[in-house]
Order: sequence, then structure tokens, then C-alpha cells
Amino acid sequence: MITFDRVSVVYDGADEPVLRDVNLSVDEGELCLVVGHTGVGKSTLLGAVNGLVPHFTGGTLYGTVTVDGRDTADHPPRELADVVGVVGQDPLDGFVTDTVEEELAYAMEQLAISPTVMRKRVEETLDLLGLADLRHRALHELSGGQQQRVAIGSVLTAHPRVLVLDEPTSALDPTAAEEVLAAVTRLVHDLGVTVLLAEHRLERVVQYADRVIHLPGNGRVVAGPPSEIFTASSIAPPIVELGRAAGWSPLPLSVRDARRAARPLRTALEGATPPPVRAVPDAPGATLLGARGITVAYRGVPAVREVDLDLRAGEVTALMGRNGSGKSSLLWALQGSGPRTAGTVRVGRDESGAPDAAKGGDPKKLSAAEARRLVGLVPQTPTDLLYLESVKQELDQADTESGTGGKAATRATGPSARAILDRLAPGIDGATHPRDLSEGQKLALVLAIQLSAAPRVLLLDEPTRGLDYRAKTILIAMVDELAAEGRSVVVSTHDVEFAARAADRVVVLAEGDIVADGPTTEVIVASPVFAPQVAKILAPLTYLTVDQVTAVLRDGEADA
Amino acid sequence: MSSSPYAARTAEERTAATPDTGGRRLPRTLHPVAWWIWALALATAVSRTNNPLLLFLVLAVLGYVITVRRTEAPWARGFKYYLYLALTVVAIRVVFRAVFATGMTPDDHYLFSLPHIPTPDWYAGIQLGGPVSLEALLSAATDGLRLACMLCCIGAANTLANPKRALRVLPGALYELGVAVTVSISVAPQLVQSVQRVARARRLRAGRTKGLKALRGIVVPVLEDALERSLRLAAAMDSRGYGRAGSATPRSRRLTGALMLLGMCGLCAGAYGLLDPSAPTLLGLPALAAGSVLCLAGLRLGGRRVTRTTYRPDPWRFAEWAVASCGVLSAVLLFVNAGYDPAELNPSIYPLSWPTLPLVPAAAILLAGGAGFLAPPPTPPTPSAPPTPHITAPRTEETA
Repeated sequence: MITFDRVSVVYDGADEPVLRDVNLSVDEGELCLVVGHTGVGKSTLLGAVNGLVPHFTGGTLYGTVTVDGRDTADHPPRELADVVGVVGQDPLDGFVTDTVEEELAYAMEQLAISPTVMRKRVEETLDLLGLADLRHRALHELSGGQQQRVAIGSVLTAHPRVLVLDEPTSALDPTAAEEVLAAVTRLVHDLGVTVLLAEHRLERVVQYADRVIHLPGNGRVVAGPPSEIFTASSIAPPIVELGRAAGWSPLPLSVRDARRAARPLRTALEGATPPPVRAVPDAPGATLLGARGITVAYRGVPAVREVDLDLRAGEVTALMGRNGSGKSSLLWALQGSGPRTAGTVRVGRDESGAPDAAKGGDPKKLSAAEARRLVGLVPQTPTDLLYLESVKQELDQADTESGTGGKAATRATGPSARAILDRLAPGIDGATHPRDLSEGQKLALVLAIQLSAAPRVLLLDEPTRGLDYRAKTILIAMVDELAAEGRSVVVSTHDVEFAARAADRVVVLAEGDIVADGPTTEVIVASPVFAPQVAKILAPLTYLTVDQVTAVLRDGEADA
Repeated sequence: MSSSPYAARTAEERTAATPDTGGRRLPRTLHPVAWWIWALALATAVSRTNNPLLLFLVLAVLGYVITVRRTEAPWARGFKYYLYLALTVVAIRVVFRAVFATGMTPDDHYLFSLPHIPTPDWYAGIQLGGPVSLEALLSAATDGLRLACMLCCIGAANTLANPKRALRVLPGALYELGVAVTVSISVAPQLVQSVQRVARARRLRAGRTKGLKALRGIVVPVLEDALERSLRLAAAMDSRGYGRAGSATPRSRRLTGALMLLGMCGLCAGAYGLLDPSAPTLLGLPALAAGSVLCLAGLRLGGRRVTRTTYRPDPWRFAEWAVASCGVLSAVLLFVNAGYDPAELNPSIYPLSWPTLPLVPAAAILLAGGAGFLAPPPTPPTPSAPPTPHITAPRTEETA
């Protein structure tokens, strides 16, 4: 169906090719998972399938890519629209019309399909993806999962033989992601569509893949069956890591297979108490922030309802809940920059004794400069805070804003933003333009800017979006360090594996209410939606991460 | 359409949801062009009269038609803004007439006097302040009212017909123009959102919220965001087949250009010939006709290079004919001066008297109001169904 014949791609101005001498062929009806770290050329590989690389992106493509017998060199993306359907990360970016039905018909209108056929296909697609009830709805009113399904439907109506999905679930909560992936697998199994899927959160998709295309870096591409590729690949979902640690062969890829394979492991682990995922502090930290009766309403519709929340020093809290459950509204209300309809926030004063240590109080009632010295917030789109031409300028500006750099440095109120950045993410060149940084580096930069004000409470709104496993591990290390310094960190996230590894405490929001609040193990082990893979495999044992299991196994060996 | 089981089902649902369908008529949206013809014809009719009674009748007719035939879509809620605009027009006209007083004759009714401001000699033509007569204000108000009515007619067309659907009837050659407008309409709210988001984020850095520096802090991220977004949109449109080459050759493209250019020249010459009585007669209607033919040919030829179809094209049926002819008929009746005294259309304010309501023009305007029940009822608003989070397999298997 898709053939790459000695394909290399070099972008203009780049020294190294992104893809080097790639030979690949994908058969009809295969679901291929494309895995690799950020920046190894996943998007380039996917873009080459329908000719967006190089027709749209620029650069030079050597070799030939053929899709369904058509050479992309002679066929620009628009001429391949009837063969390849492309769905991107953010569905809203690709919408041309404004209602579900019109969006589904758009591609067909371009292909000059007759109105009667169009009508039939739209109806079929509405049913196929479960969108029939939404047909007249405006696209921007839909939830993220629904939007992504519309985006998939809008390319499906052209009856493409190949579907290319570039991280289709990165913005979705676990349930919505399941919904989209279920739709994709149905297309593969019922209609024989060939699917190329790139995804960071492998735990969600690995079980559906027929084949894995692994990009280890250096422009090389390795393809093979999942169990084979994952025995050696540098990135793997927890289920695979557990399989490797326990020495299972063949590697199980679904929770069901893993549970069967895990019976001996469960008996081996039965007696031992799982070690804590994270070091338990000797005594609970002092309460840094106390919120009482926080209510946020937009035009009378409550987003957060009378929430009470205490944040303690040295604690990492994960804030979870489906899209639109009020996570962001709560974080913004706590920081004081967002709307707050009712309730009080009380942030304790900094008792470090520094001459200009922050006063305590309600951040909403303080000036913006004082509020950010009490509570720092990194918004969902961190780049909203960046507007200068280089990393150095941004950091200097941060120092001026926080009063740490320049003349104020003599007062030594805290480390400069540059020092913080070097600690969080060493080796970022000051002359780089902030937009050229990777997602993880951008996050570190914004974090450094916010930390330069030395807030003791730090709120991160969905920082894991678009981060690969490596970047997430680095983020966990950053968060750990911040907690170790005695700060309180809140991370809102959809990523259950991240929460399992990074958080001491999990708070679950639903429709603006706190429905669960407690230590990570207690809250997420029992939940079918929020349980990490390891917990699902080893239930009823309360393990959350692979590291816990390996630690116990190691101890067992040492004892024996 | 009726052969599809879906069409039958949805039609049933729709009728069930609207009790007042009048028994037989199915709710559907009227062809946008029909509404535009109706509204423009009514506006033309309005341009003939400044009889306040007739003008108020027009407003009442517009109000009636909009109330019974508009949908719940966001663009259909905008008529009140046109009314505000119309009121502003009337107010401005009246205020200007009062301030730039033209003096008064002995027959005029004195109303009040504004302080007179002497103007320099070189500005002698215009007088500021002075006595204001009832007649002056009345004539300004009726003039303003006429303009306001025409504005409301356009507003009614925009309220009754989906502007995006109206753009879809553009000839193929102008398709790109339509797309550009459609995309910009949907991008504008996103831009506003993006500005709000970034402005809110500014406080997190305790950056300035006023002044040039703050502007930069907002404009740079928003523009970068917008640029990236439009690139992604362009890529998405490209991969979905936008701009597929049709059967156009360079030669046919040149021919299209030449035809359009010549046609435009013909249209201009024709308009000039019609408006200037001293121009040779050949320059009038014949040139206009030739120009239109050339333009049409150009559009046809240009349209051939884009191969594209329309999803659920709006049909042109009896209701469309009826609505459009209601409007056109009322305009014709106001232009032919049959069965009534033309002076009644523009009642004189000397001597000041209550205007009479001429029967035929009033009937013509009421006829335009007939569009209200000739047009099919609009599709009822979709019930805001709770989002269905899961995909049910069995139901769709039957259809696949």
C-alpha cells in the first residue's frame, strides 16, 4: 500500500537528513504504530506519505514514496486526497467549515463527488463514528474526543485507503482517547483501512498495533512486529518494561495477556509490601495554601463548585479529571489571575527571613507581582508567556520582573532565572529563539521564568501534553527537586502513568467537585479509568510502577 | 433523497419537534438567494418612498417575516444590531439637520432655537445653530427612516439566510474568494480567544498590562499562534483536496481573463451610457448587455477549471420562486405608479399634514410580507443532546 524506497529527507538549511535511506513497505489493512522520541522525524515520515513533505514543508526528498501506486513526486497532497486521509494533533486546526455535517462533506466536495453519493457517505460516516446525534452541532461546541472523531470522519468520507494520524489523542483525557482509538481500530478491522499512527503514550495504543515502525534517531527506521521491536527499543510503555523486568517471552502487549503471564509474578510478590513510589517525608509539611469554598462560574454555569483544598510543603499533587471538569479553572482561581466567584485562598507567608520575603495573603487581592511570588502558574500553552527573541532576553526580563537579577541581585533574594534553567534543563543556548526549543525545553524555560519569583506553591496546567517518555522522566525529576526544596507542586494531567510516578497525592475533579482526594496509591489503584497499567496487571496487589516491582524482585534475590 | 432511509427518519424527527408546521409542509431552509432577492427588491421598493406610514409598514413586515422564519443559528440573532444601526442613522440625520440649520421660511413651524455660531466668511455656505423648524426635523427623520429601512432589509437578508450558504452560490470562478471569507469568519473568534488567553497569561509574569510593551507581549504570541495555526489549516486543506487542478490550461486561463476584462469594460460603458442622457444610445443598453454576456462567459469558463460539487445543494422550488417574486412584485408595484397618485409616495410637508396611506403601495408591501408564510418553516434547533461518549457497535453494523 505504502512503499518507501531509499527515502532520505533533508530540510533546507539543515546539515543532517531527518530520514536517511529509509526502506519501508506497509501492507493493506495494517495498523502501524510509529514510535520514537520527539524530533527523530516521526512527523516527517508521516508527512511524506501524502506528499506534504516536501510539497508543503519544503526541503528535498530523495528516493521515491508510492502510495497505492501513485508516486508522491508527481502527486501533491491535494491529488492524493482520495487515497490518504491525514488527521493532526489538534482537530480544531484542520476544520474548514463550522458544523459537523458540512465538515464531513468538505473533502468530498473538493473531490467532486456527486451530491447523492455524498449524502449517503455522510450518513454512513456519522453512524460509523457514532456522531449521528451531533450532526448539526457547531464544531467548537464539541468535546475534544468528539472533535477528533469528526476530524477522522471528515477524511474518511473520501474513502481513503490509508489513514495517517499524527498523535491524535495527545490532547484528550483517557476516556476520550479510548473513544478515538476504538473508532480507529474498528476502521482497521471492519473496513481494512491501512493506518499509520504516531503516539507518545504507547500504553494506550500498543495493544492494537500490527506492526511498529521505530525511529531510534539518526534518521534510521526499524520496522517489525511489536513484540520484537519492543524487546530492544529505548522507549516502551510500562507493560513492556514490566514484561522485560519479569523476563516474559513473548512480550505481552495487552493488559489481558499480561495478567495471564503475571500469575507467577503475582505469587512471587504476594508477601512483600510494595515499596513507596516516592520517598515518604517524616512529617507532613506545613500547609502553604489553604483554599476554602472556591467557586468559579462562567455566565452562571459553575465550573468549580465550593472546593476546599490544602496544599502542603514538599508534596506533589496530581489534579485529574476529564476534559472540562474544572481543572484549569481551579488552578487559575488558586493563583488569583483567573476569575473566582466565591471562596477564599490563604497563602502562608514565606518565613525564610529574607528582607523582601513574600507577605502572606490572598493572591487575588495582591498585585500581580506579589501574587506570583506566592503562587506560580505555568499555563496550558506555556508559549503564551514568551514574546522576546531569545532565551537570554526572556530570562533577563524574568529577572527584572521578579527583582532577582540586575541591581536587585546584590540583595541575593534568590537564584537568577538562568541558574534555575541550567538546573532544570542544562545546556540551552541563550541565543536560541524560544520558538525553536522542543516542547520539554519550552516548559523548562517557562518554569524557570516563573520560579525566578521564588513562589512556594507552583501550579502546572497540563505540562505533559506533547512530551515523550524521556521528557516526562526529566519533568518528574524537576518536580521532585521542587518538592524537595519544600515547595508544593500541583500538576493537572490526563496522564495516569505520569501521575503514578510523580505524585504523592491525587485529587480527582468531576463537574467542578472534588470526587476523590488522597494518596496516589489509594485513589488510582481502584479506578478503572485512572489505574496505571502495572496496577491493572498486578491487581489486587497495589503496585503502581515498574520500578517498585523491580526493587522488590531485587530484594528477593538478595535475600535468597 | 427519499430513497434513503435516513432522510425519512430525520424528516420525521423534525416534524415531531415542530408542532406548527401547518400539517404538510416540511421544515427546511430556503435557498439563500431567494431571501436576498426578496430583501433587495424590498429595499428597492423602499427607495421609492419616504411616506413614514409606508416605511413603518415595511419595518413591521420585516419584523413579522424574521420572527416566523429565522433559525436559532448564531448569525440569525443579529437583527437587533441592524435595528440599533438604523436608529443611529435616523438620530444622526435629525441631529445634523438641527445643528446645521438651513434657516426657516415664514410658513415653517418654529420648534426651538440653538445658539447661533458665526462661521468665517470662506465658510459662509453653512450655518451653525439658529432656529429649527418642525418641517426640517420631520423631513430629516423621514429621510433617515428610509435609509434605516433599507439597512434593515439588508439585515433581514443576513438574518434569514446563512451567510456561508449564500457564499456557496458564488460562481465557481469566484470560489476562492468565498473560501477566504468563510475561513476568516471562522478564524476571527479563535483570534479573539487567543488574545484573551494571552492577555490573561500576562498577569502570571506580572508583566505590564498597559502601554506599548504590554501590546508587544500580547501581539507577538498571538500572531505567532495565528501564523502557526493558519499554516496547519493550509496543510489540512491541501491534504483534503482543496485546489485540485481541474481541466484548465494556460490558454483557457488567459481567455478567461480577457473575457472578464472586456466584460467589465462593457458593463462600465453601459452604466455610463444609461446614466448620461447625452451619450450615444449605442453606449447604453447594448453595451451593458454585451458586457454582461462577456462577464458571464468568463465566469463560466473560469468555473470550468474548478471541479467541485456541493453537499446538500439548496433546491430552488416553488417556495423560492414565491418568496423572490413577492419581493420583486412589490418593487415593481412601487415603480409603475399604477392605481395611485405618485405624490402619495412622497407626501409633501408643505403644508404640514398627516400623510395618507396609498392603497396599492400598502398592499404591495403587505404582499412582500407574504414571504413569511410562503417560505417553509425553518429547521428547528437541534436538541442539545448530551454528548455520547462511547461508540455503539451493533447499530452501525447493519448500515455498513
